[in-house]
Amino acid sequence: MERLPKGGHLLLVLLLAPWDTVPAHAQTPKDATFLSTLGELRDAGYSDKEGIIERLGQTGHPSVRAVLTALIEERLYFRNTDQKIFIAKSADSDPLRLSDPLTLKDAGSAPASSLSQIGTNNALRRVLRMALARFSLSSPDAGVRSEAAREISKSLDDQTVALLRDRLPVETNSGVRKEIGTALALAALDGSDTAARLAAVATLRESVSQDVRNRLALLLDKSPDGGYTEKDEKVRQAAASAVATIDRWRTFYSGIQTLFFGLSLGSVLVLIAIGLAITFGVMGVINMAHGELMMFGAYTTYLVQVAMPGHIGISILVAIPAAFMVSGLTGVVLERTIIRFLYGRPLETLLATFGVSLILQQTVRSIFTALNRSVVTPDWMSGSLRLNDALEITYNRLYIVIFTLIVFAAVQLVLKRTRLGLDIRAVSQNRRMAKAMGIRTEWVDAMTFGLGSGIAGVAGVALSQLTNVGPDLGQSYIIDSFMVVVFGGVGNLWGSLIGGTSMGVVNQLLEPWAGAVLAKIFVLVALILFIQARPRGLFPQKGRAAEDK
Amino acid sequence: MNVRDKRLQLEGLTVSFDGFKALNNLSLHVDPGEMLCIIGPNGAGKTTMMDVITGKTRPDSGTARFGVDIDLLGMSEAEIVGAGIGRKFQKPTVFEQLTVFENLELALAGSRSFLTTFRARMSGAQQERIHQVLDIIGLLDQRDAFARILAHGQKQWLEIGMLLMQNPELLLVDEPVAGMTPNEVERTAELLRSLAGEHSVVVVEHDMAFVRSIAKRVVVLHEGSVIAEGDMDAVQKHARVIEVYLGV
Amino acid sequence: MSESGKVPGLWRRTTLVDRGGPRGIDRGGRGLLTVLAVVAVAVPLLNQVVPATSAFHLSPFGITLIGKYMCYGMLAMAVDLIWGYCGILSLGHGAFFALGGYAMGMYLMRQIGPRGVYGDPVLPDFMVFLNYKSLPWFWQGFNHFPLALAMVAIVPALLALVFGWFAFRSRVTGVYLSIITQALTYALMLAFFRNDMGFGGNNGFTDFKEILGFDLHSDRTRVVLLVITAAALAAGYAACRKIVESRAGRVVLAIRDAESRTRFLGYPVESFKLWLFVISGILAGVAGALYVPQVGIINPSEFAPINSIEAVIWVAVGGRGTLYGAIAGAVLVNYLKTYLTGAFPEIWLYALGALFVLVTLFLPRGITGLLHLRSTQT
Repeated sequence: MERLPKGGHLLLVLLLAPWDTVPAHAQTPKDATFLSTLGELRDAGYSDKEGIIERLGQTGHPSVRAVLTALIEERLYFRNTDQKIFIAKSADSDPLRLSDPLTLKDAGSAPASSLSQIGTNNALRRVLRMALARFSLSSPDAGVRSEAAREISKSLDDQTVALLRDRLPVETNSGVRKEIGTALALAALDGSDTAARLAAVATLRESVSQDVRNRLALLLDKSPDGGYTEKDEKVRQAAASAVATIDRWRTFYSGIQTLFFGLSLGSVLVLIAIGLAITFGVMGVINMAHGELMMFGAYTTYLVQVAMPGHIGISILVAIPAAFMVSGLTGVVLERTIIRFLYGRPLETLLATFGVSLILQQTVRSIFTALNRSVVTPDWMSGSLRLNDALEITYNRLYIVIFTLIVFAAVQLVLKRTRLGLDIRAVSQNRRMAKAMGIRTEWVDAMTFGLGSGIAGVAGVALSQLTNVGPDLGQSYIIDSFMVVVFGGVGNLWGSLIGGTSMGVVNQLLEPWAGAVLAKIFVLVALILFIQARPRGLFPQKGRAAEDK
Repeated sequence: MNVRDKRLQLEGLTVSFDGFKALNNLSLHVDPGEMLCIIGPNGAGKTTMMDVITGKTRPDSGTARFGVDIDLLGMSEAEIVGAGIGRKFQKPTVFEQLTVFENLELALAGSRSFLTTFRARMSGAQQERIHQVLDIIGLLDQRDAFARILAHGQKQWLEIGMLLMQNPELLLVDEPVAGMTPNEVERTAELLRSLAGEHSVVVVEHDMAFVRSIAKRVVVLHEGSVIAEGDMDAVQKHARVIEVYLGV
Repeated sequence: MSESGKVPGLWRRTTLVDRGGPRGIDRGGRGLLTVLAVVAVAVPLLNQVVPATSAFHLSPFGITLIGKYMCYGMLAMAVDLIWGYCGILSLGHGAFFALGGYAMGMYLMRQIGPRGVYGDPVLPDFMVFLNYKSLPWFWQGFNHFPLALAMVAIVPALLALVFGWFAFRSRVTGVYLSIITQALTYALMLAFFRNDMGFGGNNGFTDFKEILGFDLHSDRTRVVLLVITAAALAAGYAACRKIVESRAGRVVLAIRDAESRTRFLGYPVESFKLWLFVISGILAGVAGALYVPQVGIINPSEFAPINSIEAVIWVAVGGRGTLYGAIAGAVLVNYLKTYLTGAFPEIWLYALGALFVLVTLFLPRGITGLLHLRSTQT
């Protein structure tokens, strides 16, 4: 079911509160008109439906929006037995989960066969959209009004222009006023008054929308007979300049967008690389099964969601520690059973862990099949912040970037402020000395590996929000994360942070030009060249050299 | 003495690392065929001095001359080796997976390129030379043994042997008897004594008995410069030396 | 890691250098050459002479299988040359194998001529399908066998040279180097999967008809190809042995065990590594070139990192640093793979993974180490 606008929540509470104590059948006159008009939709033909919809809008009932939206999305049904009308929460489940059109509250569920859908056609949908727009223009939610104005600007006619003009003086929100202004300016471009057109161009110059830009560019087009569609020279010049300005701003904003995408991609790499850097830096172990430990974390998220289907919202928060434990424990087991016997032989460890990665992949395949599993993004993480037409920050990516920074800070804290962290650093700098001082190096090794693996698991949780979860998840990111470690070095976690972020950003920058493959090749070549200058990465490990021959 | 007669001449060498002066206006010389011992407390600059001579570290000031006209400070490490200076490090690194003979073979003089070594056939003269060195270092019986089974002392001698293969004029030997049994120490002393004359030998050591048994001339280093010079007796009675070593 | 006290006889070895060359081949080597000789004789017999109805008849499938194993053996030997003897673990050697294979594949594609689906005498089918107007420049001349043969060696050699030069010069070693080789083959795989590279995209090359005028589907051709492969393997082995037993080989061993000490002795360590890496690359390329006409197909998945890593496990199982051990390991592991993927396909990956773990933990010297076949402790 679609989210109610914030005002709608309030309205709903206000509406429902008195209703709680009143028998269900008692209604206000407004409700009665609403319901009866709604009922007419059942049997009406399409042309009549248009009229009904108009009248429905005129009732001003708060549920109109929900009903109209449901109608457009083909989610409005009536029950075959008693002809009562319901809204279905989603169009393609069976049984259908229903809500009452008047109160918008849950109304149980019913098999799809017991309900009939109230249909629409294209013409009707156009009317619906217009009605919705009109209705939305007076919605208490500014976001809804803004969206409505934008929607209207795509299909301007005298009616809608009048609508907008009426709204403008009473509109209090500046953002919405801007949208309305833009829409009106677009309309003015079709007018005959040159001064008005000039003024319109000046207004539209401030916009960053692709539609506006295209409309302005149309003014510069030549008509088939050779002359310009826009007759006035000054207007043309203004339009050309406006187009150039808009293009510049769009490039700027899409640059930020690319940067943001790069950051979010990079933060995933950072999460994976942190774990790798810790195990490599302290123990000299390159863990080829690291990707699989991450995959375990992603599957843990899936399982958590399966276990608590009604609480998707907190599923992520539960999954994080769960994934940490699962992958961390797996890591500790690995260390105790295999890796500790290969200490000092990094190449052999590489091979052994590769074997482990094969086994882990196949295990997951056997249990969960090779098909991808879907992990749902909770509501509070979905959606996006739309700064303007050229810049949209999706919440899930934003949260992942923030999350990565939190994890990074947390790991730094553990390493710098806890006893375990101190032991880890001591062992990584001078193992023999640490042992001589009474540090139980074996235990530290196990804990280090567990920590690195746990972080991989947490990375898997983040990754599950961005991409499909399947047994091959680890393989797709492991080579990139190795490159981050090679680039960033293992002497310092900052290496992973800087390395991962920059690689993510560079990759995103290159992709539109060169395509994904060439971008990868370029990064590889750049890395090889970079290594000429710094063979051990940005932040090489100090202290005992990992391999001194 | 004419400066031309010196095998090695160091003048006013100064090396500082981050403000700390490892060498402080150090000057000393080595005569041809001489056996010189360098002693001094830890941190005195002995290893740094060797590093400067072999080109591993560049001094901030001073000169280092080898033989008549070779300026060591302008040469790379490889060139210095080629000029005839051989250095044996404290920690013996021989090639454990190769035999004693093969270790020496690798140290043979001659072209080092892949193609030449690929095509190389051991000549009679070369084999002779290897056997000669094996004899000097006392490892003839271990000729075909893998180097990893050698005792610590034997590994040190093998390394000295590898140095000898290059026929160096000047041998720099860094703490050769550390970790050796008394027997091994004695044999090492013999070995080094036999090398002097034909080669100039500079030995850095801590073991005073050993130094006494081999050295004609001793130089004492402290905080990067020479504080005493002479034969063992003179040096051991030197007031400043006693002060530095005993803190008295 | 001293083995002294364990097996006294292995402390010493009879010097091979006295007469400036190998006096004789050790047991393992002799075993290998014998086996190859037997194969070279038996296969033609069992296929051409023994009638098809007999239980002893060797089917074309069998011939191809043996040929494949030998090509893998050659690849394994190439890996052993740089890993077992020089300590360079390449996780991307499959790239050289694939490049050699593609070079041969290009020749074979040109040989199809007008017999392809689209019937174009010059353009291979996939080019016609993609609307190519003419043959790209890098395909020119591949209808001439000598050029194709030259490319089989030159292209991998060039890649090895350029990559190795950058890598070794910057003193990238150990794990870092291995990771970069893996990234290299991965990048090549992605590149060759692209349909617009001019190498057949994700379908690669297939449907070959002839090589040098001989029908690739005929038994006789298969047998001849197999005998050639056996000969190439023997020749490759001999060449590698020559390198390994020369003084250059000893320098390489020294580099493996104490790189800076070797540098200190005045040896141009990077140059030695580069030579060895290039030779190894060429060997792998030749293996790939022999592989393609026998299996009849080459596609970009040959570049997949897993292939290169499998090659490493062959060497680990057989035993590094013996050459013949690598070949034995390749045959053994691939036989296991053929058997398992046929009988119990789900457990092949488990088995492979377990093989990695068990061999590194318990059999660091591989099977040849286990059987004390080694007369030289390298």
